[in-house]
Amino acid sequence: MSFEHLLQYVLSGITNGSIYAIVAIGFNIIYNTTGIINFAQGEFVMLGGMTAISLAAFMPLPLAILAAVVITSFAGALIDFLFIRRLKSPSVLNMIIVTVGLSIMIREIALHIWDEKVRSLPYFTGNEIASINLLGAYISPQVLWVLGVCSVIVVFLGLFFKFTLTGKSMRACASNMIAARLCGINTRNMVTISFMLSAAIGALAGCVISPITQTQYDCGTSLAIKGFTVAILGGLGNSTGAIIGGVIIGLLEAFSISVMPLAYKDAIAIAILLVILFVKPSGLLGAREAAELKEF
Amino acid sequence: MLKIRNLYSGFGNLRVLKGVSLHVNPGEIVTIIGGNGSGKSTLLSTIAGIVPALEGEIIFNDENVAGKAPEKIVAAGCSLVPEGRLIFNTLTVRENLVMGAYTRIRGDRGINLGDELAVIFGMFPRLQEREHQLGGTLSGGEQQMLAIGRALMAKPRLIMLDEPSMGLAPIIVKGIFEEIRKLRDAGNTILLVEQNARAALRIADRGYVIETGQMVLEGTSEELLNNNDVQRAYLGKDYRSISD
Repeated sequence: MSFEHLLQYVLSGITNGSIYAIVAIGFNIIYNTTGIINFAQGEFVMLGGMTAISLAAFMPLPLAILAAVVITSFAGALIDFLFIRRLKSPSVLNMIIVTVGLSIMIREIALHIWDEKVRSLPYFTGNEIASINLLGAYISPQVLWVLGVCSVIVVFLGLFFKFTLTGKSMRACASNMIAARLCGINTRNMVTISFMLSAAIGALAGCVISPITQTQYDCGTSLAIKGFTVAILGGLGNSTGAIIGGVIIGLLEAFSISVMPLAYKDAIAIAILLVILFVKPSGLLGAREAAELKEF
Repeated sequence: MLKIRNLYSGFGNLRVLKGVSLHVNPGEIVTIIGGNGSGKSTLLSTIAGIVPALEGEIIFNDENVAGKAPEKIVAAGCSLVPEGRLIFNTLTVRENLVMGAYTRIRGDRGINLGDELAVIFGMFPRLQEREHQLGGTLSGGEQQMLAIGRALMAKPRLIMLDEPSMGLAPIIVKGIFEEIRKLRDAGNTILLVEQNARAALRIADRGYVIETGQMVLEGTSEELLNNNDVQRAYLGKDYRSISD
């Protein structure tokens, strides 16, 4: 394999990996404040992309993306209001089943609104055939957008959780729910905010990847599986772990193509998921005790 | 300050408190002593709003707070230092303290916490040394100091402490109780729940004895310390030394 080839694989792996990482971070945000896995996370990605595509017909692209992010985050809040908040002393399993049901419902609604057609947003800069030569490897400018947006989201979240009162109180909820309530934090509202935040991040990811991967009513499912694998690999709730896990899975997928038929690419993530769950359920950076105490 | 009348509460079908009444006057330390499972902790959790009150009144500063959400009760000026401390392990010591002032920061964004942090650090210098360490890395005694400091950051009018001595070495317990006494001397009102009855009665002004969810005895600390039943059940005196 030549150096250019190698670089090409690496870049493609990192791009996919960073998309998975963003989905995984969406899982983590909700997991940290509620202890549940929101299996509708992939649907947020689809909703964001689809809404932006529809809106882009009437308004400039940046405005359409902004509106799509806002609309999707309200959809996230609505989901919490209608379903999660109503559950009286819910068990983790109850809430997980609710999110699985929601993901199916959102997909069906999307099918009715947008039918089965595969759509995509226009390239943010340049077009399909535009490419940048990086040390012999060719990448689309959209890849730089994906990497850039991922980095911005990670930095933004880091600052948000470290320096804002809301961010700190969300971490407090994650650390100890009862103590957070005793400090006067309205933990129900924190759950709503975490749904809004992860929906918004999912939607932004959905917009920025749409030109490369295209958007269809059911594109969220496979992303959710990859994102879930990455979240588990990195250690649930751990955002640094999500980035490391994302890059590992992205690279493995990219290099698998050179030794295995393309059709097996998606099986790689599932195989890794099984191996981690058998061998090290706490993930790379997860706390061992936390994994043992998990309710499922 | 606090007046509880005929309070019932519990979990599901289980009634833990069966008609509890008590009162706390401003500026005093009132202690509740009782054995395991007598309902001491449930009582404090019910006042704080973590466990729902089923019946009865909790009058705090002329307002019935029974059944209100915990954040409303904290905002009204009643803070609980919970059993087992429940500090935020993944937040730094400083962030833990700032979280204590959450309702006040929400009320006034421009609030300056520097002076108040300095007061807490003056009270517990160990916390200042560990200001930027994660809460989970502190020792048990330091965690207790942090839990008390966090509750004080809310500027409560009533501080409730649930088993502050639990799992701590006697020398640390002594220091913590000393700080509780100093808090009272500075004008704070304190409701203290303790298994360590002797230590609690030594610093308290008045006390109640709770058994299976009901108050069975009430009196000044002196009365309780000299009461035969209390001596036998909670202070470790055997029958002979009392009857002799």
